Amino acid sequence: MLNPQLNKNGELQHLLSIEGLPKAIVNHILDTASSFVGVSDREVKKVPLMRGKSVFNLFFENSTRTRTTFEIASKRLSADVINLNMQASSTSKGESLLDTIDNLSAMHADMFVVRHAQSGAPYMIAKHLIDTRQNHVHVVNAGDGRHAHPTQGLLDMYTIRHYKKDFTNLTVAIVGDILHSRVARSDIHALTTLGVPEVRAIGPHTLLPGGLDQMGVRTFTNMNEGLKGVDVIIMLRLQNERMNGALLPSVQEYFKSYGLTPERLALAKPDAIVMHPGPMNRGVEIDSAVADGPQAVILPQVTFGIAVRMAVMSILAGNQG
Amino acid sequence: MSNPMKPSGLDAEALYANLLQQVRTGLTGAHDACIVGIHSGGAWLAERLAQDLGMTDRCGVLDVSFYRDDYAKKGLPAEVKPTHITFDVAGATVLLVDDVLYTGRTTRAAINELFDYGRPARIMLAALVDRGGRQLPVAADFVAATVQVDQCEALRLQRSDAGQFTLTIEENHA
Repeated sequence: MLNPQLNKNGELQHLLSIEGLPKAIVNHILDTASSFVGVSDREVKKVPLMRGKSVFNLFFENSTRTRTTFEIASKRLSADVINLNMQASSTSKGESLLDTIDNLSAMHADMFVVRHAQSGAPYMIAKHLIDTRQNHVHVVNAGDGRHAHPTQGLLDMYTIRHYKKDFTNLTVAIVGDILHSRVARSDIHALTTLGVPEVRAIGPHTLLPGGLDQMGVRTFTNMNEGLKGVDVIIMLRLQNERMNGALLPSVQEYFKSYGLTPERLALAKPDAIVMHPGPMNRGVEIDSAVADGPQAVILPQVTFGIAVRMAVMSILAGNQG
Repeated sequence: MSNPMKPSGLDAEALYANLLQQVRTGLTGAHDACIVGIHSGGAWLAERLAQDLGMTDRCGVLDVSFYRDDYAKKGLPAEVKPTHITFDVAGATVLLVDDVLYTGRTTRAAINELFDYGRPARIMLAALVDRGGRQLPVAADFVAATVQVDQCEALRLQRSDAGQFTLTIEENHA
């Protein structure tokens, strides 16, 4: 099957999902990101790579952190960034997504950063650009429905590599609302691609999707069991806005069974790190003592996220057709 | 360029000794001097110069990948090393070091990157060899040899595990 993410030379043309991404490309992104980290500490926090390029942030769904870090990443690459509030745009007046894309392309867009509540929307845009031979325009998926959030997955891998150096001896636990989480899916694909021998998913039956076994993931409904001896804990936000029907008795019950407290954290390895993609719900999935504790690397994740997004955008923009 | 040498006879260690001599004299009395090597050959040279001149705490590395003028054509290279400059370049005398001076484009990119770290008082350029073929108005302050190399050939500095330098000529497929 054609992988629309790669061009005919096997280079990254669009970033849509970590699934199907060769390990060499994942490592190239992480390596390049490490060179971008220092840029933010300099007197001039910019490099001229994307000077003269226009990046359109198309967020059809709310986001603060991801949109802001994409905006900062674009600006640190010297690109011009145009933020479109899609909820208040022509799409809400009935224009189709692809007509919107064609109109923005006519304004000489070089890159679209797309977040959409519908899984597959960035794929549709990338395919349209390929079909209409607009090979100079790139798409970055900034989160689509329950499907994928590849830059979050990559920044999570960057964070793990930063603290743990090597992936091939790690046990990583992803905890919480796996069912609704595009972050979990991207993390699982990335961890598997990078050779992590044991990936665990911890959550109540109702929030664990089917098919995790086939992805090589061990599932646990008992959090204390699942956390034993892990090196990395990735906490997920309880996604109230995606919750239809009674999947949980109550938020208080959830915290009692799946909240990360200092006592539960003590079951993991003593040097385990705690990650969270944000926004955090303190007292729902994570205790403040853990979120603000010495093992939390939640704020470094945000900082690394800028460098990782700079790496993704500069690699894409340098690959033509 | 007078009497360019054939590259086959180049002894990189002898050239290094020559360059060190020139740099030692040239940096005498320089205000707030520091050495910055361009990845990778220039970084090796800078490291050794800094050791021989007792300036290891004033030595940095530049990778100019984010400043190259052929990015739009070639994209990012497969390997980008972090730039590492731990001292303040504002007001400093920066000795920029490269192994081979050719078109001048790498030097331009390096100067552009340096200025994003601060405003140096002066930048000087040292290169082990100058192969001519300049496309920009760039000249080195210190050069150990001027050589003639075919356009389709690439001249590269290599460093052995023991730290010995050699110069090799490769077919350039780029």
